[in-house]
Amino acid sequence: MDEARPLWATPLQFVFACISYAVGLGNVWRFPYLCQMYGGGSFLVPYIIMLTVEGMPLLYLELAVGQRMRQGSIGAWRTINPYLSGVGVASVVVSFFLSMYYNVINAWAFWYLFHSFQDPLPWSVCPLNGNRTGYDEECEKASSTQYFWYRKTLNISPSIQESGAVQWEPALCLILAWLLVYLCILRGTESTGKVVYFTALLPYCVLIVYLVRGLTLHGATNGLAYMFTPKMEQLANPKAWINAATQIFFSLGLGFGSLIAFASYNEPSNNCQKHAVIVSIINSSTSIFASVVTFSIYGFKATFNYESCLNKVILLLTNSFDLEDGFLTVSNLEEVKSYLASAYPSKYSEVFPQIKNCSLESELETAVQGTGLAFIVYTEAIKNMEVSQLWSVLYFFMLLMLGIGSMLGNTAAILTPLTDSKVISSYLPKEAISGLVCLVSCAIGLVFTMEAGNYWFDIFNDYAATLPLLLIVLVEAAAVCYLYGLRRFESDLKAMTGHALNWYWKAMWGGVSPLLIISLFVFYLSDYIITGTLQYQAWDASQGQLVTKDYPPYALAIIGLLVASSTMCIPLGALGTFIVRRLKRRDTASVA
Amino acid sequence: MSPSRKILWAPNPSFLEAGKSTIKVLADGRFSVWHRKGVTMSWMGPREDAENAFKVRLSLRTALGDKAYAWDTNEEYLFKAMVAFSMRRVPNREGTEISHVLLCNVTQRVSFWFVVTDPSRNHTLPAVEVQSAIRLPLVAVSGGCSSLRMNRNRINNAFFLNDQTLEFLRIPATLAPPTDPSVPIWIIIFGVIFCIVIVATMLLILSGIRQHRRKNKGPSEMEDTEDKWENTVKIENGIPCDPLDMKGGHVNDAFVTEDERLTPL
Repeated sequence: MDEARPLWATPLQFVFACISYAVGLGNVWRFPYLCQMYGGGSFLVPYIIMLTVEGMPLLYLELAVGQRMRQGSIGAWRTINPYLSGVGVASVVVSFFLSMYYNVINAWAFWYLFHSFQDPLPWSVCPLNGNRTGYDEECEKASSTQYFWYRKTLNISPSIQESGAVQWEPALCLILAWLLVYLCILRGTESTGKVVYFTALLPYCVLIVYLVRGLTLHGATNGLAYMFTPKMEQLANPKAWINAATQIFFSLGLGFGSLIAFASYNEPSNNCQKHAVIVSIINSSTSIFASVVTFSIYGFKATFNYESCLNKVILLLTNSFDLEDGFLTVSNLEEVKSYLASAYPSKYSEVFPQIKNCSLESELETAVQGTGLAFIVYTEAIKNMEVSQLWSVLYFFMLLMLGIGSMLGNTAAILTPLTDSKVISSYLPKEAISGLVCLVSCAIGLVFTMEAGNYWFDIFNDYAATLPLLLIVLVEAAAVCYLYGLRRFESDLKAMTGHALNWYWKAMWGGVSPLLIISLFVFYLSDYIITGTLQYQAWDASQGQLVTKDYPPYALAIIGLLVASSTMCIPLGALGTFIVRRLKRRDTASVA
Repeated sequence: MSPSRKILWAPNPSFLEAGKSTIKVLADGRFSVWHRKGVTMSWMGPREDAENAFKVRLSLRTALGDKAYAWDTNEEYLFKAMVAFSMRRVPNREGTEISHVLLCNVTQRVSFWFVVTDPSRNHTLPAVEVQSAIRLPLVAVSGGCSSLRMNRNRINNAFFLNDQTLEFLRIPATLAPPTDPSVPIWIIIFGVIFCIVIVATMLLILSGIRQHRRKNKGPSEMEDTEDKWENTVKIENGIPCDPLDMKGGHVNDAFVTEDERLTPL
């Protein structure tokens, strides 16, 4: 036995690594959106059911495979069955795509973090226009936070066809993000194991601080009440169940090979069943916790906007009718409006078009997810808090921790198979392989810092991982149960950890989870086929809002390529192994 | 009044109160109405003079809350004084007096119109002059747009108000440009963190290389001593001793089981 495999210093490092990988930006910006769209408190029902039926079993499966095979994804699946080496390669390819675009989010978080040290915050005020008589037009039409995101951060072009040049500011931040990731993975588990203490724990500290701040904000209860009032009729909506299943699936990061990689550095006797349950419960609780924080902030923002809207109406009426300053208040607004309408009908009808209908409900209903939530909605709420610089720094620091934690898992998924392979590791030391992977990903990632970069980012975000992962995990579950044999795997686990395999896991792995994945897969395929042409949201600077456009043919081709390049690895790997074996058999036959 | 003279504007009869208004016809056909209200003389002049009038709007309660003072005639006097003061800064208008500034239409809001007349009280000064006076710098400061605001600031400060609560409609306040430091702050912080990360990376890489070199040297040194021992053993007794003893222990893999290797936690 040559050089011993590096191990986690303590099992706690392994648990923290899994937590910091699984608890990522999706918990903060996707789950609250889903909760809002699919019935608030009642969304927790399908969510928890899917967690127990799909999340925990599949997580345990991946951890067990990694711990048993003690290799990265390629080696592990090759050991299970030589025809499955394609599965491992597909995982590595998907992880590679993910790490390319995911680190751009960290770059944006860095950008906002660096800009948080100014007074006033740059996204709280609109810049002046050319002749200093008013504010910039695009900023007036949109809001200052949208302007800062679309114009100052992304400098977005009107459509995906107009690529524009690489923006040097986000490019610098991207290079810094990759340097930071490289620093953390440089020494393998030795360095990663220490970093995950921070990336796993610090976000919780910030979330707790934000929870306390959020709950004490004016109007927070509006948001919380809105979110948690269960809308039971959504339980009958199949989309709620599908989205719960999807969210659990992607939130845990199954199928990328990161969990296999992390588990491969475990002691063989490690109780990964306990860890699987712990990690999945912590992941889901973090989602719920983060959505409490998010909704109290939503409530604050909605109440603030509602009250500003009312104040604008009051000012408009006060100025038009020369009423005494301070006479019109929120409480008497309606009666005074009706009085003015009857007393000065002509003048009132002039002013009437400008009076906006302010509604708290409509403010709360603006449901946003993804980068929009993190960089537009949250920043809008933060700019209205006192000491906004502090809250801004805390918030983006937390986003950075979450993002880096997930990046550690992604890069581990790519590097573990590479460092396991004797061919590559004999030529290059670990540090050089890591450096090369980071360099290549960074260079390709510069595409996302171009003016049209955000549109490419959306393509990668929506299509690079969704379908291929479902297929990969399906093949994984089927392979372990039916190709390798559930009984053989069970005895392996018993020999390794000393615990017998509970019937529940066997039932889930063998039947329920694969069926769920198949139904998700079918749903997504049919969804793509039914909607026909794929569309995207482009930012229109003249209107100051998003417009829907169709993807050009070459973008559709690239989407197809993305999906195909990872899914095709599975059959191609099997084919390759088949051919190699055939050739070997012919050789031995000809020799003998 | 000769019917051939063009009447451009006629006062609304409701504004005229018996015994309190005086209508004067001027030489060039314009006529003026003097309407006495309390101690205020209002100029309700012809429409072209209305073009030279500015509407002012104050939001006292918004600005000062409970400390808001009541808007009375003394405050109006102060306002007229401030406008006259601003006008005196305009070249050729140094002789502007408080009585040349006329207020009218004071509402509850508080808002009113004002015009500035010339010393003869026959014409109103053109809007452009008044506009430039309100925006005129207090002291001619070279460069910087902040100087344009100084007169306006004086007027604001006299009433404890700001641009939003003391509005001169039609005189847009030049918006104060945000202070732009010469080097954007974010680059400084970026530079600091970038340097820290690079230094840490270099340190880790260098220590890794050093460890690697030590490991490579270590086994080769070990081999030398082992050879020496073997040689000495072979030489010593003439009987080749078991080198296993010299090397200090060897684990027999056949008897090691997975469980025993490491104690489970």
